[in-house]
Formats: sequence, structure tokens, C-alpha cells
Amino acid sequence: MTAEPDIVVIGGGNAALCAAMTAAEAGARVRILEAAPKPYRGGNSRHTRNFRCMHAGPLGPLIESYSEEEYLADLIKVTGGKTDEALARLAIRSSEECLPWMEERGVRFQPSLSGTLSLARTNAFFLGGGKSLVSAYYRTAERLGVEVEYEASVTHLEFDEDRVAQVEYSKDGTHHHVAPKAVVVASGGFQADLEWLTRAWGPAAQNFLIRGTPYNRGVVLADLLKQGIEQVGDPTQCHAVAIDGRAPKYDGGIVTRLDCVPFSIVVNKNAERFYDEGEDVWPKRYAIWGRLIADQPDQVGYVIIDAKSIDLFMPSVFPPIKADSLEELAEKMDLPAENLRATVDTFNAACGDTSNFHPTELDGVSTSGLTPPKTNWARPISEPPFYGYSLRPGVTFTYLGLKVDETAQCSIGNRPVANLWAAGETMAGSILGQGYLAGFGMTIGTVFGRIAGREAAAHAN
Amino acid sequence: MQTDLIQEARRQAEICNACRYCEGYCSVFPSLHRQRAFSDGDITQLANLCHNCRGCYYACQYTAPHEFDLNVPKALAEVRQESWKQFAWPQGAAQLFDRSGVAIAVGLVVAFAALLTFTRSFASGGGDGFYAYMSHSLMVAIFAPAFLLPLAALAISMRNYWQAVGGGALKISDLWAACKSAGRMKNLEGGHGDGCNFEDEDRFSKARKHFHQATLYGFLLCFASTSSGTVLHYGFGLEAPYGLFSLPKLLGIPGGLLLCAGTAGLARLKLKADRSLGATNAWGGEMAFVLLLFAVSASGLILYAATGTGLVGVLLPFHLATVLTFFLLTPYSKMAHGFYRMAALTKDAATKRSR
Repeated sequence: MTAEPDIVVIGGGNAALCAAMTAAEAGARVRILEAAPKPYRGGNSRHTRNFRCMHAGPLGPLIESYSEEEYLADLIKVTGGKTDEALARLAIRSSEECLPWMEERGVRFQPSLSGTLSLARTNAFFLGGGKSLVSAYYRTAERLGVEVEYEASVTHLEFDEDRVAQVEYSKDGTHHHVAPKAVVVASGGFQADLEWLTRAWGPAAQNFLIRGTPYNRGVVLADLLKQGIEQVGDPTQCHAVAIDGRAPKYDGGIVTRLDCVPFSIVVNKNAERFYDEGEDVWPKRYAIWGRLIADQPDQVGYVIIDAKSIDLFMPSVFPPIKADSLEELAEKMDLPAENLRATVDTFNAACGDTSNFHPTELDGVSTSGLTPPKTNWARPISEPPFYGYSLRPGVTFTYLGLKVDETAQCSIGNRPVANLWAAGETMAGSILGQGYLAGFGMTIGTVFGRIAGREAAAHAN
Repeated sequence: MQTDLIQEARRQAEICNACRYCEGYCSVFPSLHRQRAFSDGDITQLANLCHNCRGCYYACQYTAPHEFDLNVPKALAEVRQESWKQFAWPQGAAQLFDRSGVAIAVGLVVAFAALLTFTRSFASGGGDGFYAYMSHSLMVAIFAPAFLLPLAALAISMRNYWQAVGGGALKISDLWAACKSAGRMKNLEGGHGDGCNFEDEDRFSKARKHFHQATLYGFLLCFASTSSGTVLHYGFGLEAPYGLFSLPKLLGIPGGLLLCAGTAGLARLKLKADRSLGATNAWGGEMAFVLLLFAVSASGLILYAATGTGLVGVLLPFHLATVLTFFLLTPYSKMAHGFYRMAALTKDAATKRSR
């Protein structure tokens, strides 16, 4: 290693890189401490795909316009009002200038992906996805002289009154410490630490799948909270969506999503239905289903569809389980066959006129006299072959984090920590109290990463 | 066709189809995303559409050590190589693909020895320039069949390919679309115009596109040069040697220089690129082919420079040997990729049009 850095950035994802590049451009010597090995660098950013961006007129790949008020209204809707409006407005307003800034640092965009037309106006898609964004930023950061250490796990931040005196980390089995002038924490949430998740959520969390990186274990977050750094966000909650039950325990990412629920019936392990599968279009319901599945026995659900619906949704990463009869399907999926038959028969009998069926609109094709009802897309499950998928809750992120102000600065008691800033998922709870808005995580990371980098550099220089 | 290679490519394609992040890079992904299930023919078409730009590999969050272990450029390169063997005619020659490096070396030596013997034994003494070493009629007797027979073999391969990928009636507009795509090397632009990820991991670079362009256009100019000579000879009774300001020279010299620069550049990039992102077994043969093309162009230029000296007696048979080897191995070496690529682009244009 060369001379002591002015600034240490903890984490190696989008927010960390935005902070590092900004600080390096301001003339600071920056070192990134990334816990993951190089092939897995980038945290959850490597799984992202777009950036939600305000714009007054066509901008890059974005069409028409998306105003601050509309953006904020979308956010308030998903968070149920649990939003810090001042910080949210700051993120939204800054997002517009971020897009060209990102392009200047190597990010390339592409038109909205097939199957995501609804986002063409609001979300700018990265060409190649989040990993290509991360790779471009690492190239730019290294060109700016940023030092990057991989497999460098920060274990502890040593405080001296109201400032960070020292950052301790382990790498290659040895202990290191560094005493920078300023520190930016951008090391994500704690969702990959299943023990912590279990303590927070309950034993059901053992059966959750983690959609993103296994390296977001919240070590730095826990260390800071223990030392009294101001926290924000519900410590018991995580954002979970319903995903393919066969997904890997960690890092399954985007491909494990399943959007067939609206065309299905979903049963639990006793082959009983438990919720209205047709309540709304899937992009508005997948997060609710994460929770619903988490509340079922063994945290598992089973989607049942028939031949009529197999082509109506995005292809799944693993092929569905296929059978010529419901009994055979039940056997293959380890469900009680008689119960499944009874559930399907009852459901089918409750279906009515299906002539108005429309797969992409709320069509009002509903069951009658059934509890729970299916209020849209209710067609009998009758045409073989039958198909099944298992569903599990897939955790995207946790809400607990570091509370920051509009300069991304952390605080202790009622005063700011003189040289500590936070950006990205680790402080997103400051803005996002519950729910999630597609592409907003990258907005928070980019906007607050840049702010943190700017402030840290100003402090260090 | 080795079904395990197809099966592996299909496994990877199904994962890609659930992700779609790479949609903007090249023609492969939009084509892939149009389907829900992939027949062997679909996979073969995707494989021949792939230009091995590697953008998708470096963007992929599922490459090793991830358990999904995606390596789409490699999977498609292996299917592609295998498909050329499957469609080769005659089938007995298909094995040459696996040994095209050796075939090129042996071909060169044998052709050189034979041509040297010919020039020594049958030097006409009566002709001008090159024809003093080898008569025009002897050259035609050797090169006309050596050019036409491989083309006939390729035509059969193309028909086999077209049937396997379910191509319908050939439309001129689709062929034109393919020519435009190949002429611009659109699929080596990376979608954003920054180029591909070939010689330096995830850094985008236009080097491969530019060197490939030089190779392609250099080759076409050389081919045009030879053709113009043939026309001058038979059509106008104008025989070689031609002066500097003649059509064959005006086309051939820049063509030769471009081909030299292009192939030298491609060989250099190939040495830097990660071999595990292509068909590993084909690397040697591909490299030998690039070097053969370099030898064709370089020996041609040197031969021209040596006109009138005693070196021509050796250089001429050597140059002719490189050309002969190149012609004869066209259907069974990397050169075949140009034909398959055109077929795949034409099929892709047809599919896009019919939607």
C-alpha cells in the first residue's frame, strides 16, 4: 500500500464508487475497502438494472418527462407516507444531473428491456445491467488513482470523541488499520447475515432466500450502531419478494423472479389457497407476496397453472414442473393430492365467464362465492399439461440503517460525527421507511454517494 | 452435432432469457428473447449470430464462481465450431476443422513443394513476368478448380445450415440487411458504439472491429484485384504483368496492405484475449488461419516488390502456395465463419421482418 489515504470508503458498490470517484476528482487520495473478492465486487449493485430518474424532457434513453412531484407521489404511494420528504426531494431533484454524470464515467444505457415497457419513461436501464455499471466505475476510479483493496473486511471503526480515529480491517488473514481524515460507509444492509435476520424477523427467516450478495452482512452497521451512531428504519423489517423456490440461497438476482402468480392459484403446503392471486398487476404485488409466503407454514408456496397460461409471463430461469394430471403434479411437488384436487375443483367451480380475460389489464374476470376470492384473471385450472413452481420469500434489502442529514453526514447523540458520511443501502432507511420503488435504490446510492464523496473530500482537503 | 454442447448452450440461453440485461449488446439477445424454448436449430442459429464480442460475459453477474457458471461466448463458440463440422461437405473433411492448424501447415508445405517443382520443371521460359516461371494455362488449371470446388462444397454446407435453422425462401432484402450489418460490423460495436470486450477484460475497445474491417475490406480488394486481372486477361486480352496504375494493382496494393495490417492486428489481439471465452480447441486453428491470411497478403506484396529479381523463383511458388492452401481449406477452416455469419444474419433479418 502507498501512503495513508485521505479518505477510506467502506464498501464496493454503486454508492461507494460514486463517493470514491467524486472525492478523487476533488483531489483526495481515496482507498476503497471491498469485502468481496474481485469477481463478486459491487455488492447488490451488480444485480441492479436501472436508475429511476427525474427529467423535464427526453433524456438519454428516457422518453417524455417525469417531474419531481410525480416521482415523489410514486414514492409516497409505495412507502405509505413513510418517507423523509426533504431527503427524498433532494434525491429526486439531483437524479436528473446524475444521468449525464454517470455517462461521463463510463455507464452506458439501453432502451427499456423487453417485458419492462412500463418503465420506459421513468427508469434508465444500464446496458449489460448493474455489473457493467460497476465495472465501468472501477475502471474510472482506478484511472483517478483510487486504490482498491478486495477481500478487505472492515471489522471496527475506532472513535475518538466525535470523530472516527481509525478503521480496522482484515485482509489475507492479517489485521490492518488505517487512520484516514474522513470515512464514507457504503457497505449495504445486513440481509446476508441470516442469524441477525432471524433475530429481527423470527425463525421463519431461516427459510428466506437472499436475492443479492452474500457479503452484505452488516458488520460495519452493527459496529456503528453499537457505538451509538444514530439509526433509522424499522430494525425488524426487510424487503422480501416472492421468487422461485429453487433459487440459490444467495445471489440468485433478477432471474429468480416469477411473474405467473396472476394467472395461477397459489397454495400452501397443505394445498390450500390463502390470498387473492389476482388482486393487482404483478409489479404491484410481488413484494406483498414475499410477506404472504413468509407467513405460510415452512415459508413456501406453490403456484399452479395450466396449459392456457404457460406463455403469458416472462420465461422462468428453471423450467416449471410439468404433469399431465393434477394428481401427478401434486406428487411431483410433494403436495397432498386430494387436497389439491379439492382446492382446484372448488376454485374452478367458482370461476364464471372468462370471455373478457386480458392478461395485461385488470380484466375483472373473477370468482364468485369463493374465499379468498380471485378478483382478476380467474380462469379454471383445467387444461393439461399442468405446471407448478414453488415460491419462497427472497430478501432484497433491510430497512435498518444509519440516519444521515442532507449532507449524508452521520450523527451521534444530537451532534454530527465530524468525519463520517454514509451512502447507499446503509442509509436508505433515512428516506425509504417501507416498500420499494424500482430503480430508487440506485438513485439514492448515486445521489448520496456523490454528496458523501464531495463532503468527505472537502473535510479532508 | 454433440448434444451436450447444444444442451449446455440451451441451459445458458434459458438463464439469459429470464434476465435480459444484455439485450442491447448485439443481435443474439433480441433474437434469443423472441423465443421461450430453444430447438437445436435455434441454438445453432444463435451460435452463428454470435460475433464473440464478449460484452455479455463481462456484464454477467452469473459467471463463475457463481453456481450458474454462465459463459455465453464460449458456449456459443463451441456450438458454432461443432455446427460447421456438422454441415461440412463432404463429411469426411469435417474433421479438418479440429486440426485446421495442422492442415494449414501441411497444406502450405505440400503446395509450396509442388508449385516449386512445377515452376522448376515446367518453366515456360517464353512468358513475361510470372508467366516466365509458370505458364498462364498451368495456373488456371490449378487455381480454377481450387477456387470453384471449395465454393461448391460451401454452397452445400450453406444449404444444410439453412435447413437446420428453419430458413424459408431467401429474400434479397434480408441478404442486403446482412451485408449492411457485416459491412459495418455492427455486432462488434457493443450496442453503444464503444466496441467490444476482447483484449483487455471489461474495457471496451474498437481495435477488434477496426482490424476485422481492415481484414475484410483488404480481402475484398485483393479478391477484386484478381477478378479484374481475369477480366482484363480474357475480356481485353491484356496480360500480366500490370503496371502500377492498372486496376489490379490499384486494388491489390491497398488491399494487400489492409489485409496485412488487419490480420497482424487480429493475431496480436488474439494473443491478449482470454482463451477460455472461445472454443478452446479451435484457438490454434483460428490463429493459423489468421497467420495464413497474413502470409497470403505479405507474400503477395513482397513478390510485387521483388519483381524482376531472382527471388521471384521462390517467392512466386510460396505466394501461390498460400493462396492455394487458403482456397482449398476455405470450407474447413475459420474462413467458413464468413459464410455462416452471413447466413445467420440473413436469417435474423428474415425473422425480424416476419414479426
